[in-house]
Amino acid sequence: MYKFANPTLFMRYSRAVLPWTAAACAAALAYGLYLALFKAPADYQQGETVRIMFVHVPAAWMALGVYSVIALASAVALIFRHPLADVAAKSAGPIGACFTFLALVTGSLWGKPMWGAWWVWDARLTSVLVLFLLYLGYIAVWQTVEDVHKAARIAAIVALVGFVNVPIIKFSVEWWNSLHQPASVFRADGPAIHASILTPLLVMGLAYGLLFLTLHLLAMRAEVLRRRVRALHLARLEA
Amino acid sequence: MKIAWAIVRRDLVLAYRQGGGIGTAIGFFLVVVTLLPLGLGPDIALLSRIAPGALWIALLLSVLLSVDRVLQPDHEDGSLEQMLLAPMPLELTVICKSFAHWLTTGVPLALTAPLFGLLLNLAPEAALPLILSTLIGSPALSFLGVLGASLTLDIRRGGLLISLLILPLYVPVLIFGVSASSSSGAGLTLLGPSLLILLALSLAALVLCPLAAAAAIRAHYR
Repeated sequence: MYKFANPTLFMRYSRAVLPWTAAACAAALAYGLYLALFKAPADYQQGETVRIMFVHVPAAWMALGVYSVIALASAVALIFRHPLADVAAKSAGPIGACFTFLALVTGSLWGKPMWGAWWVWDARLTSVLVLFLLYLGYIAVWQTVEDVHKAARIAAIVALVGFVNVPIIKFSVEWWNSLHQPASVFRADGPAIHASILTPLLVMGLAYGLLFLTLHLLAMRAEVLRRRVRALHLARLEA
Repeated sequence: MKIAWAIVRRDLVLAYRQGGGIGTAIGFFLVVVTLLPLGLGPDIALLSRIAPGALWIALLLSVLLSVDRVLQPDHEDGSLEQMLLAPMPLELTVICKSFAHWLTTGVPLALTAPLFGLLLNLAPEAALPLILSTLIGSPALSFLGVLGASLTLDIRRGGLLISLLILPLYVPVLIFGVSASSSSGAGLTLLGPSLLILLALSLAALVLCPLAAAAAIRAHYR
């Protein structure tokens, strides 16, 4: 692991890996969408709107997953002072914010026909909205603090403080009486939904994961290049 | 312990003698409470129902906007750097300064909240639960606010950033604070579960926020 943390090696390996992750993502997304939109049965109560679930649930998983990636990378950056961990945390921020936004919007589109309201103020929805605000704050720190090293430290602390929200979101449907349905895939006694729905959902989850991996590698490469350009600029100004 | 007490006393004296201290926070609180009925319309029944929530939000904003005076002046005149070098751990210094901020903002605002509640037609029996819940919940607000102030210590135009960073973290305090001040008004026991959770939030903030805030201050002085 330590070997890959070298930025030069990272640039070489990530360039080699990127086409494969992108292709795998495209394949998984195409297959997942085919399963979700054509193969999966319509719900006997919800009708065709149940298909929104296949884009909503993986987005919500990614919203939490990406924040955990940021928190983990921030902890690594604070403890081991590795610049690539800063890069990983920084470039995951906007991607995670997009997934969170997607989860909120698709949930809202599903909520209107099902619950009769675009938005309700219950525990799950509110905590995800707070997660979105935390993402915005995290991104704002990187944009506001001019000194890169200081921004990295401050942003890492912000990310770790905000991590308290992640378990709250996960368990919000169990701790409070929520309108949102409780967990039905990741449960101690196994998934509580039928395979005809579970399979497309898991394929879509895989596709979203690969999408994040691809975008994250791209964003990290861009950030490393940006820092190199900056360093070259500074070197030329000093010369 | 002697140094800790000295820091608390210094901040109290500064808040008392400098302008922009306790009085300004209370004035700001009053202005927010005045603006709300103007925006919502003077319906007495509506105001009475939303009074605890409105007072809590006014309290959050007053605490948040007063919190930059905890670290910023010390950063500007260099005394924060001396505290960083002092033998006392920076975490403890942050606890003392947050405690002093609570004494000069949270406590006066909590005590005056029912008074301003008169403007919002707050039910008289809700006054005691409101004082109790704001007194117990406002330490969490001060600790989180000082954390925000430490994160945005050196940043120009940090006011908006601190709101974006800290207001989401105020959400649990707001939720349980409002629930503690309205549910106990409806004849339930004064020490209900919401109040206990509020206490837990304050204690957790007391432990966790100074750690993060001290790390942030050190990051600024690297």
